[in-house]
Amino acid sequence: MKRLMKLSAAVAMVATLATAGTLDDVKKAGVLKCGVSTGLPGFAEADSKGTWRGLDVDYCRALAAAVLGDASKVKYVPLTAKERFTALQSGEIDVLSRNTTWTETRDTTLGINFAGVNYYDGQGFMVAKSLGVKSAKDLNGATVCIQAGTTTEMNLADYFKTNGMKYKAITFDQNSQVDDAFFAGRCDVLTTDQSGLYAKRTKAKDPSKYVILPDIISKEPLGPSVRQGDDQWFNIAKWVLNAVITAEEKGVTSKNVDDMAKTSKDPEVQRLLSKDGTMCKNVGLEPGCFANAIKQVGNYGEMFERNVGINTPLKIKRGLNALWNKGGILYSPPFR
Amino acid sequence: MSFLRDEKIRGILYQLITIVAFAMLALYIAHNTAQNIEARGIKTGFDFLNNSSGFDITESPIHYTTKSTHWDVYKVGLINTLIVSFFGIVLTSILGLIIGVARLSSNWIISRLAATYIETFRNIPVLLQILFWYNVVLAAMPSVRHSYSFFNSIFINQRGIFVPKPIFLDGSIYIAISIVVAIIIGWFIRIWAKKRLEETGKEFPLFLTNLALLIILPLITYYATGKPINFDYPVLKGFNFEGGKTYTPEFLALLFALTIYTATFIAEAIRSGIEAVNKGQKEAAQALGLSKMQALKLVILPQAIRVAIPPIISQYLNLIKNSSLAAAIGYPELVTVFAGTSLNVTGQALEIMAITMGTYLVISIIVSLVLNWFNHKMKIKER
Ligand SMILES: N[C@@H](CCC(=O)N[C@@H](CS)C(=O)NCC(=O)O)C(=O)O
Repeated sequence: MKRLMKLSAAVAMVATLATAGTLDDVKKAGVLKCGVSTGLPGFAEADSKGTWRGLDVDYCRALAAAVLGDASKVKYVPLTAKERFTALQSGEIDVLSRNTTWTETRDTTLGINFAGVNYYDGQGFMVAKSLGVKSAKDLNGATVCIQAGTTTEMNLADYFKTNGMKYKAITFDQNSQVDDAFFAGRCDVLTTDQSGLYAKRTKAKDPSKYVILPDIISKEPLGPSVRQGDDQWFNIAKWVLNAVITAEEKGVTSKNVDDMAKTSKDPEVQRLLSKDGTMCKNVGLEPGCFANAIKQVGNYGEMFERNVGINTPLKIKRGLNALWNKGGILYSPPFR
Repeated sequence: MSFLRDEKIRGILYQLITIVAFAMLALYIAHNTAQNIEARGIKTGFDFLNNSSGFDITESPIHYTTKSTHWDVYKVGLINTLIVSFFGIVLTSILGLIIGVARLSSNWIISRLAATYIETFRNIPVLLQILFWYNVVLAAMPSVRHSYSFFNSIFINQRGIFVPKPIFLDGSIYIAISIVVAIIIGWFIRIWAKKRLEETGKEFPLFLTNLALLIILPLITYYATGKPINFDYPVLKGFNFEGGKTYTPEFLALLFALTIYTATFIAEAIRSGIEAVNKGQKEAAQALGLSKMQALKLVILPQAIRVAIPPIISQYLNLIKNSSLAAAIGYPELVTVFAGTSLNVTGQALEIMAITMGTYLVISIIVSLVLNWFNHKMKIKER
């Protein structure tokens, strides 16, 4: 009932809040309110000191650095899958950066806009090794743990139906409860975005006891989103993401960004980092906005390797998330 | 303007102003909502109820597939809410009564135990209790392959309790009839026993007789009509047990937690009810030579219940509302499936929240109407 009240309060807020300029609001507040997941290693998780880390968190920080000049000026609002869209609609957060799949229905009916993709993913399955399951096709009759309010929930039904298989879904509100139930043996299978499975496996007492099946059953382009109806803020959200991707493509890193700004002969790098700041002014920000983001948080590649890359517990390869000219599909429109 | 000095008229005026102001505020909010939603491009309307849901629900008392509509989701959720609420109310009433009486027992240990129970479970938030029992069930029970098995037909494991499910064949209607007959006969026996008690003062073992009747009569019919009930036994197939009836850990944990938690309040209500009964009543009962048990059953409780009913009603309502906390452990009641998954699929928060809250309101009103009527009936009739 509490959750119900909370949700309806948020709904009521939709009722009373008129759309204002989000940029002005953020500047006035001096802090960016960023919706993140409640705890998914590598994507958004608070460490023991309360510092948030992760790929999604880094996007919030880059945005704050670009808008406010300081990557630490972020207020993190942890949200379950179910709460996230209402929180964005109601103005409780300025941007949602929480492994959220860009889908047609969400984009067109929820009053939100997706600013791009910061992780190309797909839905996978994790099972206990002892079950001896080799492929998702062997899962007929299995009990599956999922989180409510996700694309996962819907893909699962589609997948089992198309393959003529039966399943039992146990659906939880809280992410932690999904994990607890799965590791306690309530379910045979845990399914979600494959990146999420890698993240969750690190939480197991003995991660080597679990395998992630090779099958990918869906496309899950994950990306940040903002409220519909505020085009300026939408532009900012889009181009901060593009900036960190372009930075990687051009070899601009948090370490060399100052030098590159001075010495680079590449016209696009000059535009991206320029002191006269045409590009920044175009989106309504102060000159040096993108340089700030790159300097304080790093380019996309740095974010990736720091949070989910091969040297982290998640050990994820770049794969689809490599740049378009490095075998992946990450591609930013030009800064021109 | 002298009429303004009339207190009555002034009172009415104030009320009118309040109502108008409130109505205007409500209109303003509604208008604003509509406009904002329009501006943001959020979908509205109730058409989604006829769209197929596209997701599965594990525990469905009615026929449900992924092709069913969101309206079916609503029905499944509502029925599941009602099921757990009904069993919860029955069980918590029994438990609450026992604890409430035990709390006042002259036996120190029993009364201390009851008090400890009340203090402990009343002060832990019910959501924590739900999660606690759920995790206990999961941790304490064996995995599917190592299920506890009873007579090879009842199985207990982490996935729940699996029992045989009766399948009613043609002749089974006679068994139903025999149960009705047993009840009617029992009722006549009761009248007769009461009359005999009044005439001769002899007690008749009414409860035992009727219980025996209720068991033996249908049993005889069962064999006489050629055993028209078959049983569908659960069997281990692949990952899980199939067939039979399953009570899931989600359902059991929720039922358990709600029962245990609410019973503390019911016990307190019963206790204050008993304490409110005049001491003289107890003494009078003793003076009449009634045993302790008889005094409790015939004199004290009937009066205590009257005092206890109003607070108990509100506890029943609380139990129904608390059942929505099931979303935490995934029991598919109204809030979990309709205000949860359906909301996720359609994104129509406003409509779904309105329907859900309206539903709880209607359930609450119906339950309190019924119980208030009962309360009224139970009131001491002054003669
Ligand atoms: N990408 C999917 C699923 C996202 C999702 O919520 N995944 C879960 C399971 S990995 C999660 O991250 N939960 C974290 C939380 O609730 O805090 C979606 O957008 O619906």
